Amino acid sequence: MSVPIEYYLILSGFMFLVGVAGVLTRRNAIIVFMSIELMLNSANLSLVTFSSYMGNSTGQLFVFFVMTVAAAEAAVGLAIILAMFRNKLTLNIDDINILKW
Amino acid sequence: MSLQLILFILFGTIAAVSSVLMITRTNALISALFLILNFAGLSGLYLTLNAQFIAVTQIIVYAGAIMVLFLFVIMLLKPEHEKYFSHQPKLKIFAFFIAFIVFIQLVFMILVSHPSQGNNANVAASVKSGTIEEIGKQLYTNYVLPFETAGYLLLAATIGAIVLAKKKFE
Repeated sequence: MSVPIEYYLILSGFMFLVGVAGVLTRRNAIIVFMSIELMLNSANLSLVTFSSYMGNSTGQLFVFFVMTVAAAEAAVGLAIILAMFRNKLTLNIDDINILKW
Repeated sequence: MSLQLILFILFGTIAAVSSVLMITRTNALISALFLILNFAGLSGLYLTLNAQFIAVTQIIVYAGAIMVLFLFVIMLLKPEHEKYFSHQPKLKIFAFFIAFIVFIQLVFMILVSHPSQGNNANVAASVKSGTIEEIGKQLYTNYVLPFETAGYLLLAATIGAIVLAKKKFE
């Protein structure tokens, strides 16, 4: 383990904030969704880093469950996007504001 | 320079650059392809961390299953080009500014707290914790309830996706 743990954590933080910037700046619903996947993955990187440096597999088990939830979330989220596109014929999240107060 | 550092720099650069390219491309299809490249880089990083099982699962589940679903939906909907959407340059500058400030804070906190200090990483324990044998043993003994629940979650998500994407609601 010759690489300091800080390198992995900084890379993970960088990817998380790229995901945050993507969610805030992009207007395409699918790309916003992919940015959320990017944030989930950066959290996974942190979990695996700590798990590996501590020699304990609990973090990697947690990553396994995060992947399960991400798969379920992708299936349901894309179905919602599909239903939204069928009703509004757009993916622009500024136009999809039915739930906006 | 050790091999782990060289591999970290290689895969870390791939992951970081492809994530930035992913949020800056206007074409959704190219964004999805860069996200797949980012997942491949992450998988390499997991290998440098001795997490073999997670590295393989990352490729199979994320790049193989989830991103294929994304590509299907993108090609099915053929969304209009994003440059015809409304532009708010002020909001963009604000968002990047906020992200940059938070990133600086994170780096500062990580460097000040010295997580590697007093952490004599045991390579043998690290290699053992990443094997599929160890993870499988944990999954079927201590974590059997979350494992079963994950199966029910996937079943519920499948049914929910079918119901949501159906043509008409009765």
